[in-house]
Amino acid sequence: MRIRRLLVANRGEIAARVVRTCARLGIESVLAASDADLDALPARTADRVVRLGPGPAAQSYLDPAAVVRAALAVGADAVHPGYGFLSESPALARACADAGLVFVGPSVATLEAVGDKLTARSHALDAGLPVVPGGEAADLAGARAVADRVGYPLLVKAVGGGGGRGMKLVRTAAELPGGLDVAVAEAGAAFGDPRVYLERYVTSGRHVEVQVLGDGTSAVALGDRDCSVQRRYQKLFEEAPAPLLGDDVRAAMADAALALATHLRYRGLGTVELLYDRDRGSFHFLEMNARIQVEHPVTEAVTGLDLVAEQLAVAEGLPLRLHAGDVAARGHAVECRINAEDAARDFRPAPGRIERVVLPVGDGLRVDIGVQAGSVVPPHYDSLLAKLVVHGTDRADALARARTALDLLRIEGVTTTAAVHRALLDDLELVAGGVDTGFFERWQARRRDLAEVS
Amino acid sequence: MDLTPDDVRDVVRALDASGLDELHLELADLTLTVRREGAAGWTAEQQVHRRPEVERGEPVTAAATPEPARADVPEGSVAVHPPLLGTFYRAPQPGAPPYVEVGDEVDAETVVGIVETMKMMTPVHAGVRGTVAEFRTANGEFADTDAVLLVVEPAS
Repeated sequence: MRIRRLLVANRGEIAARVVRTCARLGIESVLAASDADLDALPARTADRVVRLGPGPAAQSYLDPAAVVRAALAVGADAVHPGYGFLSESPALARACADAGLVFVGPSVATLEAVGDKLTARSHALDAGLPVVPGGEAADLAGARAVADRVGYPLLVKAVGGGGGRGMKLVRTAAELPGGLDVAVAEAGAAFGDPRVYLERYVTSGRHVEVQVLGDGTSAVALGDRDCSVQRRYQKLFEEAPAPLLGDDVRAAMADAALALATHLRYRGLGTVELLYDRDRGSFHFLEMNARIQVEHPVTEAVTGLDLVAEQLAVAEGLPLRLHAGDVAARGHAVECRINAEDAARDFRPAPGRIERVVLPVGDGLRVDIGVQAGSVVPPHYDSLLAKLVVHGTDRADALARARTALDLLRIEGVTTTAAVHRALLDDLELVAGGVDTGFFERWQARRRDLAEVS
Repeated sequence: MDLTPDDVRDVVRALDASGLDELHLELADLTLTVRREGAAGWTAEQQVHRRPEVERGEPVTAAATPEPARADVPEGSVAVHPPLLGTFYRAPQPGAPPYVEVGDEVDAETVVGIVETMKMMTPVHAGVRGTVAEFRTANGEFADTDAVLLVVEPAS
């Protein structure tokens, strides 16, 4: 079915980004906005705006019934959920199907299969992927049994969701009961599902992920990204392709992601997250994200693709128009997430009114942004304001251009993480490339030490 | 409509060749200022003026915003404000016992609640030694930075 009118059921920079592809493709965009976002930048760039509900997300962006009502009220034929919120919700996918709407995302069965992290693990095993040693921890005895098998340190993770919530590091057997309790409580609060599982903690791991696209019959891998620069499991800086990986490892990662997508008869855009063990030179499956990712622009920069357009095409039921041979990475791209946060105060969120936005422009530069001068950053949602995406001929060129671009970028009125990125890009370990997920914490500690000396 | 990054880049290319340093464009729905920033390159400042016309869908309910909590406190008592605006919670997670109840003894460092702002949790400290006298903001209610969450009667 041809999509002619698309309900964009999200906000901020990703809503503005989806609206942009709609404009290019001649699809009418209707933004579904909460009361806090009715006058936001995406509401001004979308063709139409429909009210979704009150500001708090639980009554708007997280309410599947409200999304479907908004879609029907404006006569939309499809719903794009963006990322976060209901993007991986089987309930929304099902409600859309019941209402005769196209859900721009995988099938209900796929969402259920990959949304439950234990089910996803077993699918990965069935598809022949290596998984991190571990297993379900139904109770303390079960957890001890798993711990005896895989050893310490361990990571306790939530079955029902990701994003660092419900995740606890357990270093010794003595820490297991306490870590398990906290993780169960957090998982229950965050995802409504208190189940947890254990995984061996990889002390020097890199977060490498592979972009996949499937039409339900066949699938294609569209290259990898490195998202190892993280603070408390939240990504800050990403790049494509993942630096300093051997050709054989890179090819094996792409093959593994493709095997899983094929096994799931995956239809839609998705990301297979892998943990690359720097010490062992091996990788394991972590989880699969059944939606567009925040960091998708770095893949777009090096491949020249519009992933939202591809996502809409497979949602329309069209067969894949990309094949493995057609997609090649050209150059290197990096992305800096500009969040409304105050790094000097432990990255405390900084809502408020934006006074001025000055963006760098030029070849190889792209800024995906959801605010402009006068915009209010509401306290209800996450802190991502903009993503600076820089494409260079190689990694060194991309980093150099990113430094210049950050010097020119000005978002005034709220405190942002732009200055953190500018300092980060001068760090020798980051410049060398291939850092692990522990890098950012070490970098912060180094900066604190420097501040104390001077 | 706003201008796409490609549109703005085309403007910059034209300017680059012209030797001009700044261009200010005023269109019906937007203004755009493009500036040469020395050797570093170009910047753009864009403002989309179009006011969205919001269509039906969910009716706006007037009762959605609760009455702001009373700001005045009795003489000698201390008002506890949120460290930043957000949703106030009295317990670490749903179903858990509250951090403190009316009548509890607190000191300056006692955590009396948390505020969720942009999906991040910030603890609220009593800020003073004394006894919790009353709560002015209910669990799950939104609080501005000048809102009174609770009132503490300082120890003499």
